[in-house]
Amino acid sequence: MHDTTAAHHFHAEKNKTVGRFFEHNKRSVFYVALILLFAAFPLTGSSYWIDLGVNIGFYTLLALSLNVILGQAGIFNMGHMAFYGVGAYVTAILNTVWHWPVFWTMPLAGCAAGLFAAIVARPIIHLRGDYLLIVTIGIVEIVRIALLNDIGGLTGGSNGIFGISRPVLFGFKIVKPIHFYYLVWGMVAVSYLLFYMMRRSRFGRALNYIKTDDVAAEGCGIDVAHYKLLAFVLGATWAGMTGSIYAAKMTTIAPESFNFMESCIIFAVVILGGGSQLGVLISALLFIGLPEIFRQFNDFRMLLFGLAMMLMMIWRPQGILPMRPRLYAVSKKLFSGAKESTSKGQEKIA
Amino acid sequence: MEQFLQQLLNGIAVGGIYALVALGYTMVYGVLKLINFAHGDLFTIGAYLGLTLLVSAGIAGALPLFAAILLVFIMVALFVALIGFLLERTAYRPLRSAGRLSAVVSALGASIFFQNAIMLIYEPRVYVFPDFLRPTFTISLFGFTFPGIRLFIVGVSILLMLLLWAFIQKTRVGTAIQAVAIDQDAARLVGINVNKIISLVFLIGPGLGGIAGLMVGLYYGQIDFTMGWGYGLKAFIAAILGGIGNIPGAMLGGFLLGIIEALAAGYISMAWKDAIAFFVLIVILIVRPTGILGERTAEKL
Repeated sequence: MHDTTAAHHFHAEKNKTVGRFFEHNKRSVFYVALILLFAAFPLTGSSYWIDLGVNIGFYTLLALSLNVILGQAGIFNMGHMAFYGVGAYVTAILNTVWHWPVFWTMPLAGCAAGLFAAIVARPIIHLRGDYLLIVTIGIVEIVRIALLNDIGGLTGGSNGIFGISRPVLFGFKIVKPIHFYYLVWGMVAVSYLLFYMMRRSRFGRALNYIKTDDVAAEGCGIDVAHYKLLAFVLGATWAGMTGSIYAAKMTTIAPESFNFMESCIIFAVVILGGGSQLGVLISALLFIGLPEIFRQFNDFRMLLFGLAMMLMMIWRPQGILPMRPRLYAVSKKLFSGAKESTSKGQEKIA
Repeated sequence: MEQFLQQLLNGIAVGGIYALVALGYTMVYGVLKLINFAHGDLFTIGAYLGLTLLVSAGIAGALPLFAAILLVFIMVALFVALIGFLLERTAYRPLRSAGRLSAVVSALGASIFFQNAIMLIYEPRVYVFPDFLRPTFTISLFGFTFPGIRLFIVGVSILLMLLLWAFIQKTRVGTAIQAVAIDQDAARLVGINVNKIISLVFLIGPGLGGIAGLMVGLYYGQIDFTMGWGYGLKAFIAAILGGIGNIPGAMLGGFLLGIIEALAAGYISMAWKDAIAFFVLIVILIVRPTGILGERTAEKL
């Protein structure tokens, strides 16, 4: 009798602990499930689905990198494809002309895109939102026209560059869509984590402040132009590295892949996502994935896409998952009135 | 000299078209602070509708050519104005209290929607304006011969701009539009119906844009469903060049951009023509962000 109650008691306790574990680690459980879901996806699908997955992965990477610029720092950038294109072309040129391995070119592609972003953004970063929007459109168009006109005899004009070799990672050659799937989504996971950490850092908090109120931020001693430029360059660098992998996946790149229309779509994906990274991920899945799934309605696909953009904004102008205001732990001593703890509490707030 | 004058007149003709489209951007921006990305596609609708009315509906055959073109200009303006009005009602008005970025995305969505709607209604190919629609007469001035169509386009666009300018400056409703552009709340306080003014702006702007679309068709002789992006962007550059929100600025910016582009295409490089327009834009924004005629105002806190 005594035994059974004890066993019962023990069982209940265990259930409670399991429950509490889920309660406390809801987030971790959710993310582990999400990762498992993405990892298991290729096991079920055909190569068409996997290819689609890779494609969505590229868009997700671009959207996450644009989210740093647009979602976190609030800089209107509608020319993100320019930096993606610069990265892709740097890899393509280094690889086809000087036969550099793709992964070696990746940091360089990122740096080139970042440097390009720094040069073009430096004189314009202080401009008001709408002006910046138009200038970035100008940048993406100028890059496309420059590529089309075969600058330096390196970009191959409207045909682009072909014959880019496949990347090799530790002796393993990445060829099949499924390899690229894991590579791209692995990069998504790493970027997600890094940008998450960045958001919580001093830098990320400064960006958040600038987005909310740049005048007040300036008043608090944040060098607004400097931080904005850093965010812009960081996002562009990421796009450049993504472009590098894109070039290796496609083996052929052409200027038309990096046009204004694509930039608009990435821009819309970020705004529709609402600013949080999970929102951006969901939005990329919805707005890049769904139109692909409805391929058989090819003609109506983009019509519905445009309609969906309008309806989504009317229905939910703040986006799918807006960034929640972050909560900071305030020490309980703060409320008990202990004098010396006040400064401690404030430290945590800051 | 001959080539220079021809390029210049070509630039003025194209500039007049840019200016008409730019007016739509700048007026909407003036009252709503919104970049209406769908404006370029309203312009395309004007071109397609004009072709349909002239050829398929047979207006060109039933009337003398000039009367037919004039009638179709008016019909296109009315129809495109109606679409602009409906667009504002459905896609922008519900978002007026939301952030400006939401409205921008809605505008992009509307643009994609219109572009694909045109593609589905017509076919995804280039449409050619039959030769008999395009005036072929020439006019001799100062010993040079100019194609009549160029002068016709310059004339129509300048006439429309003068009418608009008179409307904005001389009538009560025009003054109300200016008031709403300066301060919506203050305009409301003095009894202006702001919603009506915004609707009116969405009638005038797209109306002018639709006419400009038909003019492009008559001028170049061919249209396609994606042309709205290019012309829309150029016109927006023109609006910024002159000072966004400023009506004479949009006119000046349009002509200026048209001339710069024509001369650059003639004397520098045809292939880099579009890039030069964007380059001019970036230089202007660095040197004088408010545009040529824009007034420098203090940022509101």
